[in-house]
Amino acid sequence: MGATSKTRAVGRNVLRKEGREKVTGAAKYVDDLEFRGMLHGRTVRSTIPRGEIARVRLGFNRDGFTVADWRDVPGRNTIALIELDQPCLAEREVRHFAEPILLLAHADRDRLIEADVSIDYRPAEPVFDAERSPHCFKEIAIAKGDLARGLEDADLVVEGEYRVGHQEQLYIETNGVIAVPENGGITVYGSLQCPYYVHRALTVLLALPPEKVRVVQAETGGGFGGKEEYPSMIAGHACLLALKSGRPVKIVYDRVEDMVATTKRHPGVIRHRTGVRRDGRLTAMEIDVLLDGGAYMTLSPVVLSRGVIHSTGPYRCDHVRIRGRVVMTNTPPNGAFRGFGAPQTQFAAEVHMERIAEALGMDPVKLRQKNAFRPGDTTATGQKLGGDTSALAVLGEAVRRSGFHEKRRAWRGTDRGIGLALFFHGSGFTGGGEVKLASKAALELTETGVRILVASTEIGQGTRTMHAQIVADALGIPYERVEVEAADTGRVPDSGPTVASRTCMVVGKILERCALEIRAKLGKMSPKEYLAAHGQLVVTKEYTGPDGLYWDDDTYRGDAYGAYGWGCDVVEVERDPVTCEVRPTRVTAVQEIGKAIHPVLAAGQIEGGTAQGIGYALLEEVSMREGRMANAQLTNYLVPTTLDTPEMDVAILENPYEHGPSGAKGVGEMPIDGPAPAIVNAIRSLGIDVRAIPATPERILEAPRLSSPAPRVGSGRAPRRIPRVSTP
Amino acid sequence: MKFTLNGKSRNVAAPPMKRLLDVLRQECGLTGTKEGCGEGECGACTVLVDGQPVNSCLVPFGQVQGADVVTIEGLGGNPPLQESFVVEGGAQCGICTPGMILAAAALPRGASLAEIRVGLAGNICRCTGYTAIYRAVRRAGRKAPARRRKR
Repeated sequence: MGATSKTRAVGRNVLRKEGREKVTGAAKYVDDLEFRGMLHGRTVRSTIPRGEIARVRLGFNRDGFTVADWRDVPGRNTIALIELDQPCLAEREVRHFAEPILLLAHADRDRLIEADVSIDYRPAEPVFDAERSPHCFKEIAIAKGDLARGLEDADLVVEGEYRVGHQEQLYIETNGVIAVPENGGITVYGSLQCPYYVHRALTVLLALPPEKVRVVQAETGGGFGGKEEYPSMIAGHACLLALKSGRPVKIVYDRVEDMVATTKRHPGVIRHRTGVRRDGRLTAMEIDVLLDGGAYMTLSPVVLSRGVIHSTGPYRCDHVRIRGRVVMTNTPPNGAFRGFGAPQTQFAAEVHMERIAEALGMDPVKLRQKNAFRPGDTTATGQKLGGDTSALAVLGEAVRRSGFHEKRRAWRGTDRGIGLALFFHGSGFTGGGEVKLASKAALELTETGVRILVASTEIGQGTRTMHAQIVADALGIPYERVEVEAADTGRVPDSGPTVASRTCMVVGKILERCALEIRAKLGKMSPKEYLAAHGQLVVTKEYTGPDGLYWDDDTYRGDAYGAYGWGCDVVEVERDPVTCEVRPTRVTAVQEIGKAIHPVLAAGQIEGGTAQGIGYALLEEVSMREGRMANAQLTNYLVPTTLDTPEMDVAILENPYEHGPSGAKGVGEMPIDGPAPAIVNAIRSLGIDVRAIPATPERILEAPRLSSPAPRVGSGRAPRRIPRVSTP
Repeated sequence: MKFTLNGKSRNVAAPPMKRLLDVLRQECGLTGTKEGCGEGECGACTVLVDGQPVNSCLVPFGQVQGADVVTIEGLGGNPPLQESFVVEGGAQCGICTPGMILAAAALPRGASLAEIRVGLAGNICRCTGYTAIYRAVRRAGRKAPARRRKR
């Protein structure tokens, strides 16, 4: 190609593509957009957790109002995702508090908000306790080896039950969209992660052919999974109002509505029964995972899937049995949140591992070293791990950097504690997901370089920048000559959703293949010469998995992920003996991600995910009362501020994955897996037996105290009688 | 009502009890100021009023009569703080960034890490874990004298 670049972009901290717009206030988020004749939309929601709608009364002058209910749905009244169980607007049955029933639009926002609507219900008995749910959305069983034999081989069996609460994504920009009727169809501008999810949902809801629906991502103020599936709902509402009024309609939630009505991380109860030899070798793992899905299925089966696959933690064991269920309750549906089931199950796995070390009287690092996955080991699904398996490397580095052993010894008997967690995270869709998605990405030749055409969205993580770096190097042109098209379904192919730590490893790899083909086509010509000689050039490629990847969805056997990232967090804490408040004072986060395409952005994912994990561990409590979030505002749902977030020492290790672009694996989700168990293990080092998060001062106050020192295992094996050292 | 907005004298007709945030975004067309929570907790709507960072969602418009208001648009093209937020990764999704940069602009020159943490405690960022923001603020402090603030 004409002007080849001598400097590689990958591995350098090039300037973020949209950086200038973001720091000058020029970036346009959805609430910053205006359209001529635009109305504002409002959603009237249920005020009971379960029942039937008896009567709807409109107590306002309807001048200038557009009113829509389920009868205005031209297509199928559903939010098309996995199962078509969730209505866009309730018809008769209400399954949760804040379920959408009626839509209003008006040009004057004040009149819209003041409009009085009252709804009479015939209430029914709600179910709030997942353990008493009458309906299971999805059950998954994983079996490896012979559990009974593994338990027989054990010197000791350690049991435990661990609980995790809801967590709100709390992107600082609330959910919002604008629907614009045009060209006999509809265009949606929105704050969203997955333009083609919204696109598909709207074709079903509105009974429109695909070419009549266009979805454009506006600059998006954070997502973290919270804008993976929910935007299909709010977009559906805006479209119904726009089509009925014939005018553009904007719906932007205020913070309370966003917190009350939209999805959250699934709460869960995870039970472990683990057989272990006196020398620390794990012989059997029996794990039961129960997640509360809320009132509709949303993405719950896939969250459960990632959850159960990660529920062993990064440890080898020949005999494993895992049972996972996600069930219905009459609470707002839970959904995607960074980590997607893995933070829940790895919290349990790592606190349980700590308890095993306590039971054996063994150094927690040594126990983990003994059992951590090595290259060639097999996971619970039977996946043989590759040469990029880095559990021991991240563990060793984190322990060394943090001075874990020295501090643990020095702080014994004080109010300072230190704990660690070892974890892993699969990159890309689970199992055969990537093959089913068959994502496409494209490059279009421009006069000076290329333009990237992908549906992958920039939501803060640096998609545009990182993709442009990969493409620049594959083409051998300067980074600045790579442009990135807006994520607009009218212009870009479906590269799959921007989720699951797949945007770099999977979509980036497809782009790299596009770039190599363009490079070959150009030969020695410059883009300008090529365009003059041959006309427009667009190269589109589809995902092709690495050879030999195998997955069986019926038996849950095979290669669950193309690659895994590996992480180890060490957290130091301080307890206030009077208030029982525990504050983290320092975090050491060591993560192996294949290759950091942009070290500053990659570190940003680790630092930000770690902070969210600290919130998950200590602060963020969704208080559900009668199926309703009682603390749906930032005054009493606390997320980490500067004063709650400790100093972080982040180290990135690179052990390349042969099928990732420049060796890269995923990085977005993994950082949130580690902080919660590391913090709870640090609290355990203070002698406090916490097994549930968030570990609020109230929970710490009520938690039993650990008998000290940790019980030691006696000598002599008792092969038949299995001692129990702890109660569930 | 008269006030100074980003260095220029303005006369804007709006109800005195309207939130300053809404007047800036709607009447003045300056959408760089963001709403995150509407109750003064997140700081996304931070602007400078007479050099002090305030949550513009809590300030009635009538209160800024005769005052000097600076929004992100008023910082202009690329002063050190803005540039260092890009370079150091202090802006990820960007929604808290205008408020964060204005809060940082009000910090004393050469602020220590502890002073930065306290000074930015009213601005929530959900993306960065703040670490990159500290780096950005300190880098800007090293690169140029703190922006001169009008009183």
